[in-house]
Amino acid sequence: MSDLEAVAAAAGPSGEAPVQPRHKSKTDKPRSLAGDAWIDLRKSKIFWTAAVLVLIIVLMALFPSLFGAGNPRECILARQHGAASGSAILGYDYQGCDVYAKTIYGARNSLQVGLLATLISGVIGLIFGLSAGYFGGWLDAILSRFIDVVLGIPFLLAAIVLAKRLSADPNSNGVLAVTITLGVLGWTTAARIMRSSVIASKNQDYVAAARMLGSGPARLMMRHILPNSTASFIVVLTILLGTNIASEATLSYLGIGLKGDAISWGISISEAGAFVRTAPGPLIWPSIFLAVTVLAFIMLGDAVRDAFDPKLR
Amino acid sequence: MTDIKAEIDVLPGLDPHAPLLEVNNLHVEFRTQYGVARAVNGANFRLAPGETLAILGESGCGKSVTAQAIMGILDSPPGFVTQGEVKYRGTDLLKLPENQRRKMRANHIAMIFQDALSALNPVFTVGYQLGELFRKHRGMSRADAKKRSIELLDQVKIPAAKARIGDYPHQFSGGMRQRVMIAMALALDPEVLIADEPTTALDVTVQAQIMGLLAELQQQRNMGLILITHDMGVVADVADRISVMYAGKVVEEAGVYDIYSRPAHPYAKALLESIPRLDMKGQQLNVIRGLPPALTAIPQGCAFNPRCAYAQDVCRQDPPPPPYAVAPGRTARCHFWRDVIGE
Repeated sequence: MSDLEAVAAAAGPSGEAPVQPRHKSKTDKPRSLAGDAWIDLRKSKIFWTAAVLVLIIVLMALFPSLFGAGNPRECILARQHGAASGSAILGYDYQGCDVYAKTIYGARNSLQVGLLATLISGVIGLIFGLSAGYFGGWLDAILSRFIDVVLGIPFLLAAIVLAKRLSADPNSNGVLAVTITLGVLGWTTAARIMRSSVIASKNQDYVAAARMLGSGPARLMMRHILPNSTASFIVVLTILLGTNIASEATLSYLGIGLKGDAISWGISISEAGAFVRTAPGPLIWPSIFLAVTVLAFIMLGDAVRDAFDPKLR
Repeated sequence: MTDIKAEIDVLPGLDPHAPLLEVNNLHVEFRTQYGVARAVNGANFRLAPGETLAILGESGCGKSVTAQAIMGILDSPPGFVTQGEVKYRGTDLLKLPENQRRKMRANHIAMIFQDALSALNPVFTVGYQLGELFRKHRGMSRADAKKRSIELLDQVKIPAAKARIGDYPHQFSGGMRQRVMIAMALALDPEVLIADEPTTALDVTVQAQIMGLLAELQQQRNMGLILITHDMGVVADVADRISVMYAGKVVEEAGVYDIYSRPAHPYAKALLESIPRLDMKGQQLNVIRGLPPALTAIPQGCAFNPRCAYAQDVCRQDPPPPPYAVAPGRTARCHFWRDVIGE
């Protein structure tokens, strides 16, 4: 009992657990998964690299003016495929627009489409996968067939119909329409992955043990099954993020994506594609930004997933 | 929320003087696409406070399914309880609505699993998993729950419980994990503890420690303990009574001394003879020939007849042998129990 009293004394009058010193010592043991994950993440080089990159890209999306770029809409045909000059450190594209400025200003739309569409897909996929996997039986049969149906729809065809329909308003720039289109069409893989990992962890002994200890269905799902089945789901989502940014480009290229004078990496890449042999610069630069963004998010997802898996510690 | 035990005391048919746990004619079947597997075909037993009942049998004889049916954690579908009663102090648990049944679990009847590593949630620390029980079932604050958890880990003799409470299940050794599992099962002071092969995954010295711990805790708390095992050695030390199961039926039920000295069912006898003994060194080990029947095709009559040395025509015909009363409190489902016991 003396140990207990010591704990109680250390807890102090506030009644809270004693504050753990956050050092790397072996005896230091934070009590929550998130706390442990953070301790782990702080030591991870991959996490910091990814986090810094993501931060830069997010800053770029929120405050493009911070990056010293010129006006991305000031295009002078006389400068077509011109060399770097002044603030246009990456030269000019076919229309004579500043490549650097367009790339910086393009971050916002690309990131918005990529992140939001992934979020939509993630939420739909999670709900479908979790309920199909957990409840099984006829619900699983219905949900799984529905997933098959959505998966069977040709992506481009559905995207064209959907995006066209959603962007009926001529004044909108099409960002919302593209986001919803990609989000609604892209969740199937995530749902399937989620379903199979839920089925795998549903039959584990610890779920039976939790039932034995009186847990209800909601608790089983949220506490015992979900935390043990998100690893591959997170990875699929990080990949989906990159795919979404690229798909936006495809849709924009077909004229059903972002409209008017909207700027995005996808549009820049598809516009510059035709001149890759004469002037590769306008193609290469936004592509590098796109690739680095996707890579940063994948790395971040990987690092976070590893940190939240205590078995890898 | 704070006192679920009091809430339970208003259950229909609850009688404090009724037997602690009584299983009558329990039938469980699994409806699979390959046919109906009758895993439990009329299991009967009863358990008193402080008593240890061992359920003994080969793999696939319905021991674990019986335990799951008592706990109400059968995977359903495909598993269904088709007949029978599981009475806790006179209340038939199988007739309770799920929400009341859920409150029974862990509060009154708890279970220990065979493999503690897979039975503990890998993403939460043991402190969290233990504390959660106190917070959800007893409405304790975080600090109190933690205090109780440490206390409990001390009780199951985990060294430096205070330091280890923040560890994850995989950071414990096999024996320590099983102790954590025991602590979780005992957290809410159940009156009945079902231990489903609690030591199978452990090495022999640790087995002895865990069995010793279970016996000690049982005595402290005057719990009824159902010990499911296939290890005759484990049983001999700790059990008061033994139910031998074969193909989903209790074929012999007897006190531990009786069954070891004079088994009344050929299967129980064969099991005892198949234990390797030091004084039999150099001789051929007596094994039970053949395999237990597939639960989708249990033989007519006595299910053991194809492997039985005593089998005669009557054994191969329905109805199967009833539980003959061999002695007070002792039954055997064998037409020829007199011959078996007489030798």
